[in-house]
Amino acid sequence: MDASLNIVIVDESPIRAAILEDGLREAGYLNVVRIAGTANLLARVYAVDPDVILIDLENPSRDVLEQMFQVSRVVKRPVAMFVDQADTASIQASVDAGVSAYIVDGLKKERIKSILDLCISRFNAFSRLQNELEQTKSALEERKVIDRAKGILMKAKNLTEESAYALLRKTAMNENRKIAEVAQSVITAAELFR
Amino acid sequence: MNALETRLRIGFIPLCDATALIVAVDKGFTAAEGLEVELVREVSWSNVRDKLNIGLFDAAHLIAPVAIASSLGLGHVKVPIVAPFGLGVNGNAITVSPSLYAAIAAAADGNIVDPMVSACALARVVENRKRKGEEPLTFGMTFPFSTHNYHLRFWMAAGGVDPDEDVRLVVLPPPYMVESLANNHVDAFCVGAPWNSVAVDLGIGFILHFVSEILTRAAEKVLGVRAKWAEENPDVLARLVRAHRRAASFVEHAGNHAEVAAILAAPNRIGVAAEVIRRTLDGRMKIAPDGTVRVNDRYLLVGRHQAARPDPVQAAWLYAQMVRWGQAPLSDELLAAAKAVFRPDLYDAALEAKDGNGRGEPADGIGAFAGPAFDADDITGHLAAWKIRRASRGPRPRNG
Repeated sequence: MDASLNIVIVDESPIRAAILEDGLREAGYLNVVRIAGTANLLARVYAVDPDVILIDLENPSRDVLEQMFQVSRVVKRPVAMFVDQADTASIQASVDAGVSAYIVDGLKKERIKSILDLCISRFNAFSRLQNELEQTKSALEERKVIDRAKGILMKAKNLTEESAYALLRKTAMNENRKIAEVAQSVITAAELFR
Repeated sequence: MNALETRLRIGFIPLCDATALIVAVDKGFTAAEGLEVELVREVSWSNVRDKLNIGLFDAAHLIAPVAIASSLGLGHVKVPIVAPFGLGVNGNAITVSPSLYAAIAAAADGNIVDPMVSACALARVVENRKRKGEEPLTFGMTFPFSTHNYHLRFWMAAGGVDPDEDVRLVVLPPPYMVESLANNHVDAFCVGAPWNSVAVDLGIGFILHFVSEILTRAAEKVLGVRAKWAEENPDVLARLVRAHRRAASFVEHAGNHAEVAAILAAPNRIGVAAEVIRRTLDGRMKIAPDGTVRVNDRYLLVGRHQAARPDPVQAAWLYAQMVRWGQAPLSDELLAAAKAVFRPDLYDAALEAKDGNGRGEPADGIGAFAGPAFDADDITGHLAAWKIRRASRGPRPRNG
């Protein structure tokens, strides 16, 4: 662990960047800077003079960062790709997680191993969160559809809420479909008969 | 479903020179070869390269120099790549802001349609700005190891502009080019279709040159696969090449351009209006906001004029540019390794026939607007012809 390392996070997702920054700070890294947007990206990265740069793979600006490896008068010191051939496992893990890391040349790999591991786990945690959010959203949607279908059945067949739901469930079981699908059919049919 | 169905993941960047790949998949030519292809749209060349290198992609739409840099281990992990199929020859253009266009036109000694005239005019504009203490001009290109980078450098250096000393060259992702020109973050850019046309349509750019005016024949994108994968899957590779050849032949026919443009325009492919893509396929480009059209049927070659058959001379030319601009050291071994990336033998083996005789093509395989004919076996001679170049050093290839 090396608290003094300058770390830059380039991520278009502000939430994910914040999650990552928090994680790094909790782990004791004090100098963490988040950079968003594309204008003058390289100049802003140079201004921080980072030892480590973390960038998400959905970010087209990755190609801009690759320019840092070129011999050029603007570069203060050469920067190299973290991942080298000996490290296929960590390349695979980071690409799977959707993140890429760059470090200044000469920095020992062991010194930033913990940063990359943390980065990968936070990125994975973020996409798990996103998936859960998606699932919750679609569960909510299904709930709404079922409620609407119940209302239609209650009105059309003069049923109680409970028996309307029982009817939906029974039909779903008989037809081997999901309740939400049957509910959607009820809504569609009701709209056609309107 | 075919019992021989083989699943492949292929990465691409939304550009018109991915046409053969996209048509091969979307017109069912790959399926007819028993290949089930998932096309994955990517946002950066770094991603495409890395995902191909580590095996997440079986094949990829690659800028030719990235395939070479990866094989030589320049600036990145060394993973040998081979190119059995050329997706496109030419196709780039240089677009400049209205004010830079006016400045070049005013400084020109002759017709700026001639790249030598425009390059010399650019040198005068650069000189003027220096005298007045103005900021150097900024040119956008797509990647350090890109044809765009080399095409810009080749053109301006021929007129006396040092691309590292006199102007700034910056990397920009293609979809950001137009916005950067509009915001004056860059004064000009070199990029593939359709982005030049998009800038012209918005009234913020003039297409100064098609790259086909600078180099008659410039390998642009290739279908790249890992050399190891090619060795292990010769049959799949041959089927992939055949599907691409069929697609390229389909694209070659002007009568199919409307259909091809419609396929490419889909949101999950290039996602730009079919009409704009059609101009590129037809080689009829609107070059100025006032609607002026320049016609050049070599603007983008897909399949035609042997564009699909990889030519090692092209690989040698690209390697020579890497050496000229200090990205690679000069050695016979590296030259041989660069040439070996382009594999006409794999193309021929898959098709069991050679393309036409390439009549009307430049004798040296390149046809540059300036300098002596290119000799793929004499890179030293090529470099000696240029005053403006970097000292022959550069990052040592890793593990190479």
